[in-house]
Amino acid sequence: MKKNIEIRWHGRGGQGTKTAALLLADVAFSTGMHVQGFPEYGPERMGAPITAYNRIGESSIRVHSNIYEPDYVVVVDETLLHSVDVTKGLSVEGGIVINTTKPKEEIIPLLNGYEGNVYTIDAHYVSMQTLGRYFPNSPMLAAIVKVADIMEQDVFLSHMEASYQHKFAKKPEVIEGNMNALKMAFQEVK
Amino acid sequence: MSKATDITKINEHSPYYDITPGNQIYGGGGSRRFNTGEWRTQTPVIDWDKCTHCLLCTPVCPDSSIPVSDGRREDFDYDHCKGCGICEKVCSFGAITMKEGM
Amino acid sequence: MSIRERMSGNEAAAYAIKQINPDVMPAFPITPSTEIPQMVSTFIANGEIDTEFIPVESEHSSMSATMGANAAGARALTATSSCGLAYMWELLYVAASDRLPVVLALVNRALTGPININCDHSDSMGARDSGWIQIYAENNQEAYDNLIQSFRIAEHPDVRLPLMTCQDGFIISHAVENIELIEDDKVKSFVGEYTPENYLLNPNMPMAVGPYANSPFYMETKMNQRLAMENAKKVILEVAEEFEQISGRKYSFFEEYKLEDADYAIVIIGSAAGTTKEAIDELREQGIKAGLLKIRVFRPFPDEAIVNALKHVKAMAIMDRAESFSACGGPIGSELKAALFDFNVKTIAVNYFYGIGGRDYTVNDAKAIYQDLINYVSGTADIENFKYIGLRK
Repeated sequence: MKKNIEIRWHGRGGQGTKTAALLLADVAFSTGMHVQGFPEYGPERMGAPITAYNRIGESSIRVHSNIYEPDYVVVVDETLLHSVDVTKGLSVEGGIVINTTKPKEEIIPLLNGYEGNVYTIDAHYVSMQTLGRYFPNSPMLAAIVKVADIMEQDVFLSHMEASYQHKFAKKPEVIEGNMNALKMAFQEVK
Repeated sequence: MSKATDITKINEHSPYYDITPGNQIYGGGGSRRFNTGEWRTQTPVIDWDKCTHCLLCTPVCPDSSIPVSDGRREDFDYDHCKGCGICEKVCSFGAITMKEGM
Repeated sequence: MSIRERMSGNEAAAYAIKQINPDVMPAFPITPSTEIPQMVSTFIANGEIDTEFIPVESEHSSMSATMGANAAGARALTATSSCGLAYMWELLYVAASDRLPVVLALVNRALTGPININCDHSDSMGARDSGWIQIYAENNQEAYDNLIQSFRIAEHPDVRLPLMTCQDGFIISHAVENIELIEDDKVKSFVGEYTPENYLLNPNMPMAVGPYANSPFYMETKMNQRLAMENAKKVILEVAEEFEQISGRKYSFFEEYKLEDADYAIVIIGSAAGTTKEAIDELREQGIKAGLLKIRVFRPFPDEAIVNALKHVKAMAIMDRAESFSACGGPIGSELKAALFDFNVKTIAVNYFYGIGGRDYTVNDAKAIYQDLINYVSGTADIENFKYIGLRK
């Protein structure tokens, strides 16, 4: 991982995009890093495009602006590709991770000529296989951790397990499904 | 705990440092020492022959200037009565009349 | 050993309130401060603290109940933002003139209209003349630290003034960042018990709070408020020094960042200070002597100390995140320029408006401001009295 990493998330209100950004901040914090996780400030409306951000680094983070030149972008809902310029300012050394059922060749033409790395994952498939319902944020979280090499995969998994045990203390039956979603996402993101 | 405020010592000649923070007044009953009776331009007078000690006048007095003892009213507290005349209006027996002046 | 955590600014404020464990917290929800009373009432429901939470029907009532509880002898605080603060307006002045040391956890948000829920300082800056102490935070850490210190300052017998801690709405209140918490027992002994000399529920000494004061008394009352504000300066520094002993973190009226040898300075309040520091580090690498003065305490206004820290710079940008519609500058701009005059410092001082209604302020914006200052000093640009950052032209 490079010294400081900036990530921009694109999703739609209600999909858990903000939660995913906060979870990423959480897990990075657990491994001793300095973190920032915040939504685009404003009212959240179901289905409306929303943006969330992460800064992750080894020293304290002082900047309090939005991120305009991210190292990585995560697109939680592929329908946004038609309405939002998701690669705007995106570093060509970094990359973009897109939740889609389509093959990469069909997605690349929608990225305004972006020349960096493009990764796709079918989070719907992963989520249905492991959780039986559509919750894209766990698979997308694992995908960005792998793609951006934020931490070792086994370190990530052990911290996430602890975090789920805390978060789902009252419904432990969903922990295993979520852990499987993370593991499967590691394999599925390409 | 502060000492009770001597309100006779806080007046319009007091410098700012003699005025309590937030004008707070410590100790109850300070108004007893403030003789509002001198504001009076009309004065209630009781006719004891007509008074039945029904005590309707006592609770309506805004200045608590109709003292009661053993269920019977006493004469007005002229140190504090401002002469508003409400007692005259409420008296059903014509026992209170307002006269001009102090 | 401090406790390493990550939390949002609102969580940090709620956590500080939990550790302070005030007697009473009346509150009414408003974005973006809603989470503070929400989290505190959860702590209460879970039995973690025994604060009496009063759900009220408006901010006029939340401030009234906070003041009433405090006058009765309780340690009381509330939280609000924007229009909520505006709805408290009448009571803000009453709390100050009645000398009730209540605390308000304010989360800064633009005042309507047009209606807007994002950050600027128009709410607290509008209340700057209400007689409240105002302490601003750059990040979640400072929001937490300022609240821990708040009651010690407000309740000090030489002060006895209401105090608002301010943090930037959403930018800080909703951003999760690293934070260092202080252990419960240390906070408890630092904050101490509230033992007012006089209070309404004291049966041994009845008292009157807030009597009518007409013209023979009003001016003397206001003079006493001013003196209390003056005393607050000393107390703020004393409390900060004691706080450093339990936290290791140093606080004063303001923070200087690479200011000592700076030729060009930005004077700013709140979260944008961190963004500016990043710009300073980049400029310093290019040999540009950029520096920062971040105001923490705006009320009382530490005029002399600020001027002393800035008097050597060749040019300064005074940054306002609120309009005052004087048509000739914002609140910090006006006050600092007046202070420069009072202490005979004649230098280039330009007032900038930025971040109004949540307009983003970036590292590049800060760098552009320093470039402006360089141009003014070198005479390659005409000096303007006030400018806008990020305004579309």
